[in-house]
Amino acid sequence: MINKSQMNSLGQSLLNFWRSSIGKKLIVAVTGIILVGFLLAHMAGNLLVFQGREPMNDYAYFLHHFLHGAGIWLFRLVLLGAFVLHIVTTICLVRENRAAREERYACEATVKASGSSKIMIWSGLTVLGFVIFHIFHFTVRVDPDLAAMKDPLDPSRHDVYGMVIAGFQNPLVVLFYIIAVTLLCSHLRHGVASLFQTLGFRSEKTRVAIGYLGIAIAIILWLGFLSIPSLVTFGLLEDKGAAIEHSSHSTASLLKC
Amino acid sequence: MNLTLKVWRQAHANDTGSIETYPANDIPEEASFLEMLDIVNERIIEDGGDPIHFDHDCREGICGMCSLTINGVPHTKDSGITTCQVHMRKFREGDTIWVEPFRARAFPIVKDLMTDRSAFDRIIAAGGYISVRTGSAPDANSIPISKDDANDAFDAAACIGCGACVAACKNASAMLFVGAKANHLNKLPQGEPEKDKRVLGMVRQMDAEGFGNCTNQYECEGVCPKEISADVIAKLNRDYAAAATREAVE
Ligand code: HEM
Ligand code: FES
Repeated sequence: MINKSQMNSLGQSLLNFWRSSIGKKLIVAVTGIILVGFLLAHMAGNLLVFQGREPMNDYAYFLHHFLHGAGIWLFRLVLLGAFVLHIVTTICLVRENRAAREERYACEATVKASGSSKIMIWSGLTVLGFVIFHIFHFTVRVDPDLAAMKDPLDPSRHDVYGMVIAGFQNPLVVLFYIIAVTLLCSHLRHGVASLFQTLGFRSEKTRVAIGYLGIAIAIILWLGFLSIPSLVTFGLLEDKGAAIEHSSHSTASLLKC
Repeated sequence: MNLTLKVWRQAHANDTGSIETYPANDIPEEASFLEMLDIVNERIIEDGGDPIHFDHDCREGICGMCSLTINGVPHTKDSGITTCQVHMRKFREGDTIWVEPFRARAFPIVKDLMTDRSAFDRIIAAGGYISVRTGSAPDANSIPISKDDANDAFDAAACIGCGACVAACKNASAMLFVGAKANHLNKLPQGEPEKDKRVLGMVRQMDAEGFGNCTNQYECEGVCPKEISADVIAKLNRDYAAAATREAVE
């Protein structure tokens, strides 16, 4: 039983919140919202690749320079915080959940759990592996060829447009992207609907809409993210500028002046 | 009809236990599942064996005492009924039926298929009540309660505390039970004043008993013999967030 003296300390309340099952679930849901919000923005930004080299590279330049370059670090900090908290909390939950049902049924069956809901930890851990790969691929740029690419229109800045297309020339890389993003979307097909339940918004009135929202977000992200590597693989998205880079370079810089 | 049973046998709480096979021949189709077990038990006793122990009481779907996970699903796949309401005509000649106890760390096995579900009683004792005497049943409408609130409270109050929700959940979470018991009282004028205390107390007791966390798969809703909706879990989440916030700042 809770009495008033126990209720008084703020520290105790926060500790109780972390220790409680619902408290941890709420942390997963809120960090999940932050991550989904990021994914939607990130996908929208990526789609600028279809607008061509200049809009894409302008956008990348903006990201790296808003608030005098502090903006992106602030953004990365919040994102990293949410990501780490999400992972630590979910791993904690999964361990508690396995302990709560230590003895399994000899005959296992489910009546309504969705496939994606059963593999949340595995889809999540694949995403974790993918995120690490993805950061080395396009953010840290461990491949010196990708790191050295300069915008032919403005050689003082990095050519993000060219890098994305060059980065997807390897079919194995593309295959990994397809598998990881598909599992990410499976994660969100359950996760998005689930977070509304965790936050207490699911009811008879909202149930159906929330279910469709989860599916819709998963489909939008799947199509949006995978359109780029697959179109590059099928040769439908080519870096035409790269081929004419040398001849057009002077005209481009002339045009700039 | 002739069936084969695969039954969990465990001599006592600390025994490791195992699945044993029993023939169940010449079972009348109109027998209930528990009556079928009675018939099998009589034969086991005749042969000098130890009968299969299982929980039961009213045998009409109202007390919440019967349990059993049948072919992996508590109270069988048929919705809206308890094990005592299952009839053998639901099975087919020659079927093999797996009969296991409700499994959860918080529901320790006493013997065979009998489990100790007193963790639920301790959750109720941690807040699932009204502290003051509210008298006997009042005259209808002497306390105004909106139809919606009355309906919600009534739906939640249908819970018979059998524990199928826990047994069905891969995390052995008791959220459907706690959600139902808290929501039953939270919106009624008699229960509302103690809402925060109730929600915090019951959720903390639930965690202390070793039940798992809800992962929103709604297996509980799927097997609940009283078809209680997982919406009560959403409400519990919401009420817990509000109560924990108030507790932290007030
Ligand atoms: C971009 C990355 C990610 C996004 C957008 C995301 C999003 C979400 C969302 C929205 C939920 C539902 C929250 C709820 O039920 O209230 C969730 C649950 C979950 N996430 Fe993630 N997640 C991501 C990465 C990860 C990673 C790397 C892991 C690895 C450990 C992970 C493991 C889980 C697990 C196990 C759950 C289920 C928790 C539960 O059902 O109780 N997630 N995620
Ligand atoms: S024995 Fe009472 S509900 Fe089944």
